[in-house]
Order: sequence, then structure tokens, then C-alpha cells
Amino acid sequence: MLGRTASSLFWMSRYLERAQNTAKLLEVANRAAMVPNTGHSGLDEWRIALLTSGTELGYRAKMDEITARGVINYMVFDKQNTSSVRTCLETARNNARAVRTGITSELWEALNTTWIEFAEVNPQSITQDKLPEFLSWISQRSHLFRGALLNTILRDDGYFFSQLGHFVERADNTARILNTQYWVLLPDNDVIGDGSMERTQWTGILRALSGLRSYRFAYPDAKLKALNIAEFLILRKEMPRSLAHCYDWIDETTDDLAQFYGERQQSIKLAASIWKELREQDMRDIYQNGLHDFLTDFIGKNNAFADQLSRDYNFA
Amino acid sequence: MNGEAMTKERSFYNEMQDEAGVPRAAYAELAKWLEDKPPNFLKQKSREAETIFRRLGITFAVYGAQESTERLIPFDPIPRILSASEWRRLSSGIDQRVRALNAFLHDIYHRQEIIRAGRIPADLILQNEAFLPEMVGFTPARKVYAHIIGTDLVRVAENEFYVLEDNTRTPSGVSYMLENRETMMRMLPDLFQSHRVAPVEQYPEMLRQTLESVSPDPSKSNQTIVVLTPGIYNSAYFEHAFLADSMGVELVEGRDLFVDEGKVFMRTTRQPKQVDVIYRRIDDAFLDPLTFNPDTMLGVPGLFDAYRAGNVTICNAPGTGIADDKAIYAYVPEIIEFYTGQKPILNNVPTWNCSREDDLAYVLDNLEEIVVKEVHGSGGYGMLIGPTASKRQISDFRKVLKSNPTNYIAQPTLALSACPTHVASGVAPRHVDLRPYVLIGDRVRITPGGLTRVALKNGSLVVNSSQGGGTKDTWVLED
Repeated sequence: MLGRTASSLFWMSRYLERAQNTAKLLEVANRAAMVPNTGHSGLDEWRIALLTSGTELGYRAKMDEITARGVINYMVFDKQNTSSVRTCLETARNNARAVRTGITSELWEALNTTWIEFAEVNPQSITQDKLPEFLSWISQRSHLFRGALLNTILRDDGYFFSQLGHFVERADNTARILNTQYWVLLPDNDVIGDGSMERTQWTGILRALSGLRSYRFAYPDAKLKALNIAEFLILRKEMPRSLAHCYDWIDETTDDLAQFYGERQQSIKLAASIWKELREQDMRDIYQNGLHDFLTDFIGKNNAFADQLSRDYNFA
Repeated sequence: MNGEAMTKERSFYNEMQDEAGVPRAAYAELAKWLEDKPPNFLKQKSREAETIFRRLGITFAVYGAQESTERLIPFDPIPRILSASEWRRLSSGIDQRVRALNAFLHDIYHRQEIIRAGRIPADLILQNEAFLPEMVGFTPARKVYAHIIGTDLVRVAENEFYVLEDNTRTPSGVSYMLENRETMMRMLPDLFQSHRVAPVEQYPEMLRQTLESVSPDPSKSNQTIVVLTPGIYNSAYFEHAFLADSMGVELVEGRDLFVDEGKVFMRTTRQPKQVDVIYRRIDDAFLDPLTFNPDTMLGVPGLFDAYRAGNVTICNAPGTGIADDKAIYAYVPEIIEFYTGQKPILNNVPTWNCSREDDLAYVLDNLEEIVVKEVHGSGGYGMLIGPTASKRQISDFRKVLKSNPTNYIAQPTLALSACPTHVASGVAPRHVDLRPYVLIGDRVRITPGGLTRVALKNGSLVVNSSQGGGTKDTWVLED
């Protein structure tokens, strides 16, 4: 396989995952904006969305004020924003086009029709009342893409690279969501208890990671507690967006890759060590050493893994 | 058929029916079928086809278009039909022509017998931009230069076909030939049951065999073949991906290849892999910044040296463009006779060379009647079609022509044949051309059929997709 092909498959999946994550962030911001009594932390929900997606600077360069309309436009439709849904879908499609020969027609069609339909949407027509439906359409389309990928693609190196792109992006997204509001998840907050502000923030985080319902099943007493929520999103591998879940997959996939190529590259060892670290920690250790430091450190390691992967397999 | 008036038009050959309106033998079944179908049937089929094409991403890019750069070529659901005997004659004519052109290329890059014999002026070749001095003295595998050729033909009467252009560089459109057929078989299975249509689906396999047969070392059991594309923004990118996919080979860009010790390798996720044959879809000038255009980002530094060292085959060979140069075109009948000793089976269109004073005078006197083309133009840009042009367009063109006559050739306006076509008002005759695809390697392989392009506007003679033309599936019937 060409190094460029591996790279395109990796980034195709990354960008599709990013499109979905961006949509999810906006969905949560939009919901939070309707609930009174937030904003205590000094962060407005639209600013949290910008911060989490790492686009605040870009936004401020274009716009003076943070407004709902402005953030929605910037994060969904803006062509200069490299993380906007538009850019993500277009880049994912361009990557897929570049490896048109390496993907199935089902996968191509899922991606291509999404892009065609998205490109036909007039940004002005997405008013705030239309936003939830539109965002959930984006989510649905990215699920369709994942389904087409998992159901049709050959389980060879191409599959491994696209899986890795998917989970690297997902882990990055989860870590960023937690890190942007890490103080909300500090155990001290538990003392305050089921205060309404914490409640809203906690459920916001869980919602952004599609974990509100499953949290209640995973923790039998179903009570929202900072420690449990943090543990759920970081260490519980049955939660499909937790860091542990992502690295469980990454570790397994890099093993498959090593077997496929008959060689254990540096990146594969790196993935194994990140996974080992996650596996062997519990939430108390993480709090003791500092949640913020832990998350910042994780984001760095996750990036280092992706970099090493692209060097090991000659991504162009 | 409706009785659409074609006032501006001289008479033309109607491929479906004779002057009395009686269907010709090859079209008999189709004519009946068209009559039996309800009025909205074809409209519905056209829409179905468009949806299929768009979802599969079968698009081409239009240069200069602003927002959506990917367009569909309109597809006409009524097939164009050629009888077995018509095809036999066409294919023997094409076979003769492509062999002669390859012999010509070998000659002009070696002994130049044709110049010595005084059959072609030396300047026309040696001063020609498409002549590559770098190719002199080099002999490609099997002495084949142009491996993939798309011969553009038009028909003016029952047994009269003309060759318009030879397209010996990187002819495109073959993916449409293949996808048009697939779409037709899906949409109109009953029509295929009532006809014996020669298949075209073997083309990718024949292309692969052709490319393998011209490898530097054909005895090697595992040939590494690649398709070299300029990338996803190229107008024919879909076709590049399609061909690589259907041959089962890698689609590469210049940056995926590198040259080491005179050999070409591709960068893979493992060790670099040596490449034997490159089916390139980029122009000569962009192949290698060290030999040709130094600014190219599309090519591979050192590629040409690896080629001349005999370590890789480039298809088509660099320098084949001279064989389809519009100034050389007039000499092709001469070329056929010189290298094959036979009379040409297919006619050339009579051509006036505006660099000659007599010819230019004639052309200027008859602009209203004839077609004038740029020598190096393509895609229907920069040309004048006298009979359909306005007075203003003609007088503007006269100035351009006078200021730079060597840049132009002229030909009589041909009354292109017409085929039944689905249009807003129903079914009406529209003018068509034909591009069959030829492969030249260990032998000459011609796919029965080709790409029929159709001018969708009433009376129009311009079939180029960039100018609003569409395509049709082309059927060759078996005996």
C-alpha cells in the first residue's frame, strides 16, 4: 500500500469523527444556552464549544463578539476553520477521493452523498430552531459512514489505518472536552452535591460524549458524582468514548498491524505503553497527580502516537 | 420521432432511418422499442442515470467554473448502434492507422526516412513543439510509442467515415464507455435481450495486458504497474481512479514515486517498491522537472533518465504528441502509405494549412462555410464554426486569424451523422461523433464500440463535454 493511501485512510476517518464531534459540541452548547443558571464558571457555553474544538483564536480573528449565530456559522459552515463541519466533511471526502480505489463503493457513496447534501444547505436556513435537527442529521450521516466502513471494508492494513484515525481523533476529542472544564470534575465538587449548576455542567459533558444514559446503567446507584463521571469517561473501557476504550482498540489494532507487516514499529510500542498506563491507573491516582496535568499529558501522548505512526508507515 | 425543423442545416446522414423514414437493419429493433415506450419513460431513465452517476462520483471538472467544479456529463439513454460489418471496416482502418503512426514515431526519432524521402517537410517535424529531441535514438519496448489511442471519427454517409483526430497523447473518456454500458445494462435489460451487443467490459484487463507486454522485462512474473495522475483536482481524476481500480493497480501521484540509481520506486507503508510500467495521465512537460518543465510539482525528478536507461516503461511514450499534431494530421494518409504500402482505409478530412499563403487566402474567402481550429487547441475552445457563427463572430475571428495564421488550420464543415436522442420535446436526431479506444502492445486490441459524444443542442455540431455535449452508449452488434 502507498504511504499516501495509508495517510488518506487515516485522515478520512479522523475528519469524519471530527465532524461528528463538532456537531455534538454545538448540540450541547445549544441546549445549555436554553438552561438558566449556567455561566457561573465565567465561561459562556458557546465559548466552551470554541475552546474545546481549539478554534477560539481563529474565531476571534474574524469576529469581535462571541454570539450563538457567530459560533454556529464558524463551527459548521466556515471554510477557513479547519475544524468546521464543512471543512471536515470536505477534507474527509477529498481523502476518500484520493484513495477511491482503496475503499468500497458503499463507503464512498455514504461520504459522497453526505457531502453533496451538506454543500446544498444554505447556512442562512439553519436558524436556531432548525439547528438540533441539522446537527443530528450530521451525526446520523457519520454513523452511516462508520457502518458502511465496518460492514464492507476488507480487514487489511487499510482497515487498520482508518480505525486508528478514528480512535485517535475520538480520544483527542474526549480528552479535550474533559480538559476544557476539568475543574467541574474535581472531587471537591462532590461536596456541593447535586447542585443545579454542577448538574447542568456534568450532564453537558456526558451528553457531549453521548454517555448520559449509559452512565446511569454503568453506575448502579445512578447518582451523578464527579469521580464516577471522570472515571467513566477516562478509565471505563465499556464506555465507547472513554480514553480507555479508544486505547483498547488502538492497542489491538496496532497489534494487528504489526502482525500484518511482520514488524513491531516504534508507534506500536508507544500505543502499548499508553494503553498500559491507562489500564493500571485508578481515578484516585489521577486526582492525586492532578486531573488537568493528566489530561494535558494524555493529549500530548496521543498526538505523539499519531506522529510516530505517520513516520513509521511513510504517510506522505 | 417528432418533426423538429432543422432549417439552418444542410442534409445529414440519419443513422437510424433512411430518407423514407424506414429504420435501417441495425436499428430495426430499437425503433420498434422506442415506439412502444410511454412518453415519460426516457425522461425517467435519464433521471435514474443521473442519480447513479452522481452518487458514484462519475464527474469531470470544468475549468473556470466557480462553485461546483465537479459536473456530470449528460447521458443519453438511447444507444448508438453500429452493425458488425460497419465495425469490421472501421476497426481495420483504425488498426492500419495506429500501426502506421507508431512506425512514423519510431522513424522520426531514428533514421527519419520519411523526411529523407521528401514526403514530409523536415521543418514541420524538427521545428515542431511536440517533437522531443530527448527521444532521438531511444527505442521503447517493442518499438511501441503510442500504446493507448482514441481515434476521433465522424460519419457523413453510409460508408463514409472521416478521422478528425488521432489523440496519441493521453486520450480520456474510456471510463464513460465502460460506465455508460454498466448503467444501460442496469436500466434497460430488455433492450440487451433483443440485441447481440459485443461486450466492452474486457477493456481494463486488455489495458493491463498491454501495459505488461511493454514492460522492460516482460518475462518477470509480477509486473508492478501504476497509473500516474496529477491528483484529485484534475478534470479526468475519476477516470484515473477508475482505471487503476479496475486493473487492480496503484493510483499514484508524482510525490509517491522517486528515482534511485536509475530505477523508479513507489513509497509504500513497507519497503519502497520498484515500478515497471507507468501509465501516465500527465503531459510530457510535467513528467520530470530535471528534463522538462523545471517548475512541475506533478512529476518525478529523474524519471526520464530512468526511462532512457530502460528501467521503466512510460505509456504513452514522451514525444508521441507529434503524431496527433494538427499540422502533421494532413500528412497522415502519406504516412500510412509510406509505412504500410497500402492505401488508407479511413479518410482524412481535407485540411487547409493557414501557414500556406494559398490556403489562407481560400480560408479567408470562405469563413462562412468552414471550420477553423487552433493547431494546438483542444476541447472545442478557440475554434470557429462558420455556418453557425454570427457575422460579428466571423469578422472578429478574421482579425485573429490574419494576425497569427500559422496558429490555425481549417476544414470543410462536415455534415455529421445524427442519432435518435432524448430531448425536451421527445426523441430527435442529434449530431454525433465516435471515439473508439485502441491498445497497442504485443498486439493491437480494439474494443468494439467506444465513446459516442452527442451535441445536445438542435443543429449544433460541437460534441465536446466542455461545450454542452453529452454521451451515449455505443453498441456494436455481433453477426
